[in-house]
Amino acid sequence: MDMQKVDAIIEKYNKDETALLAVLQDIQAEKNYLPREAMERVAEIMEVPFSRVSSLATFFSSFSLEPRGEHIVTICMGTACHVRGAPLVLKEVERELGIANGETTSDLKFTIETVNCVGACALGPLVIIDENYHGNISTSEVEEMLEQYQNPSKQEG
Amino acid sequence: MTAKFEQKPVIKVGLGTCGIAAGAKEIEKILRKKIEENSVEIDVTPTGCIGMCHREPMIEYRDKDGQVFFYGDLNPKKMEIIFDRHLLKGQPMTKLSMDLENKEEASGAFLEKQTRICLRNCGVINPESIDEYIEKGGYEGLKKALKKGEDWIVDEVEKSGLRGRGGAGFPTALKWKFTRREEAEKKYLICNADEGDPGAFMDRSVLESDPHNLLEGMVIAAYAIGSNDGYIYCRAEYPLAIKRLRIAIEQAVEHNFLGDNICGTDFSFQLKIKEGAGAFVCGEETALMASIEGKRGMPRPRPPYPAQSGLWGYPTNINNVETLSNIAWIMVNGGEKFAAVGTEKSKGTKVFALAGKIKRGGLAEVPMGITIKEIVEDVAGGSSSRYPIKAVQIGGPSGGCIPVELFDTIIDYDEINKTGAIMGSGGLVVMDASACMVDVARFFLSFTKDESCGKCTFCRIGTTRMLEILEKICDGKGTEKSLEELEFLAHKVQNTSLCGLGQTAPNPVLTTLKYFKEEYEAHIKQKKCPAGSCKALITFKIIKDNCTGCNSCKINCPTSAISGIAKKAGSFSIDQEKCIKCGICKDVCRFDAVITE
Repeated sequence: MDMQKVDAIIEKYNKDETALLAVLQDIQAEKNYLPREAMERVAEIMEVPFSRVSSLATFFSSFSLEPRGEHIVTICMGTACHVRGAPLVLKEVERELGIANGETTSDLKFTIETVNCVGACALGPLVIIDENYHGNISTSEVEEMLEQYQNPSKQEG
Repeated sequence: MTAKFEQKPVIKVGLGTCGIAAGAKEIEKILRKKIEENSVEIDVTPTGCIGMCHREPMIEYRDKDGQVFFYGDLNPKKMEIIFDRHLLKGQPMTKLSMDLENKEEASGAFLEKQTRICLRNCGVINPESIDEYIEKGGYEGLKKALKKGEDWIVDEVEKSGLRGRGGAGFPTALKWKFTRREEAEKKYLICNADEGDPGAFMDRSVLESDPHNLLEGMVIAAYAIGSNDGYIYCRAEYPLAIKRLRIAIEQAVEHNFLGDNICGTDFSFQLKIKEGAGAFVCGEETALMASIEGKRGMPRPRPPYPAQSGLWGYPTNINNVETLSNIAWIMVNGGEKFAAVGTEKSKGTKVFALAGKIKRGGLAEVPMGITIKEIVEDVAGGSSSRYPIKAVQIGGPSGGCIPVELFDTIIDYDEINKTGAIMGSGGLVVMDASACMVDVARFFLSFTKDESCGKCTFCRIGTTRMLEILEKICDGKGTEKSLEELEFLAHKVQNTSLCGLGQTAPNPVLTTLKYFKEEYEAHIKQKKCPAGSCKALITFKIIKDNCTGCNSCKINCPTSAISGIAKKAGSFSIDQEKCIKCGICKDVCRFDAVITE
């Protein structure tokens, strides 16, 4: 990882220790995950123990310590999505991509994640791929939905 | 219509997360393209959520005479037709438009029993325009409050009877007084926008649709308690809300409603946004503050309460989004007018996020005192499936399931507590007979188990053990002893946890055990899931009489478990050895021929 970018992010927050969480969020936004070297750099420059950085990175579920895929397939597992069949949709996405929840395909194309609720409950089950919301998804539509991202030429809009 | 002066027609497109998820951006694109192609003068402006998520994407069209039309359930094709016929040729398509005034019609009925205080501007104004907010009387409450002074503000809030809308229902005025009386060089005001309950999206909608209303409430609250620094702690899962909040803060500073010397007074208030990072427990106030301080979001014992020692040790007042979004209205209209709505101990309105198996899902603001039945049947339109409604889950993972027999219970903090559930933040998920209550309890337990911060032993390990028991029951491996153990652990977790997460985590289990014990027993004794939902206990079958031989289940089955001859009705069957119970066949069957047993 390009350490200059990490330095720039830390600089933006004036090395303020209370901004540790925001620093990690920005690094993840940049790299899609938290590389260990980046976390070590944060600890060094912000003068906090590495355990402190690590304690945050492992506590909050939005952080990933592993590289993630180009497309993040997020399945909403909120109550409304759950009663409308989200577990089946998750199973189907796992089957289609051949990986389990939390894993990344070997070509680094897709990562499957779940989220507790994104608050678009009236449209469940809901799948978010990157920043696109796919509402009212049924198991039989999963294959077609993923196809748009597998072959970007077919992607609409 | 009386005013007949001509004005430029306007189209408002509902661009909240719900609208976008339903395809509203596509609709907006088509509108802009069509307007350019036909070189007509029509303004397109975004608006937030009017609450009718079930009709998204939606637009509101105000023609040159000021007449307003609503169109919902749009798709690109429908939008093009409406554009050509109505917007170009001026022929309203009455069959497609929605009559919000007519309570006989679905959209009218959805709104009829609502009283909109908190949501008054949602879906009405452009959330990214402070001018539209001001036009609707925005920031008048702040101006009045600054003139009348701190005592008057607290008095009015006290008169209003407003209680915390985050779930626990603590009187807001009393909370403010605690922070107010503290002498300190610094005090903080925090808005808790970490709406983590699954199935709840009230705060998201308010933030996305009317962010200035929250800001105004915050500035008033800050003035009343004597705070000059504030935070909005918003969960990162709401990117659009955060974006609109940032815009609103910038605009409010420009207009001098926020920042230094607000409205020319010597009162200053600086507001920052802190993004959460996906931890449910951060909705708990002490965990939330730890997270702002850059630490792991773990709760600490109270006392000291935040009012004495909160953020960085300073007196801190924390209120929920909905609570603060009522303040500006109370300032303008007076506390008594607010208190005129509702019940004796629960005043005003409550916003509910309606979801699940109902016809009209969305956001509804109803007066306290309304019955659950009225919300489910009249506002939400009853069951959306062929199954009858069985229960509502209220209050998220801290709440419980209220069965249909108790639907006459009124919306009131104390009345709902009596059922074993809690008012909670406002998530209301309606379940029909196809929802297995054991599975629902398992769902919430797996949620709280994952989200437990791990500090208290019973919350950390007790919820794990409870989940294991529930999983066993769902897999048909439960024993007579399972229920006893479950209840025993539930009470232990309740009594030995530090924060609300653990104290309320067993509620979904206890309420389902109380009201749906027979479902648990069916899983344990008959090894059956009456709702047909627990995978280990069901098999998929094709009813020969309903099957038309359309072949679609066979084509779609991912494991080729279905055999049959196309066009030959009743020739289809499922090989149970190959079936992975994915449910696709049931999903694609249009003739109700695939069932679960």
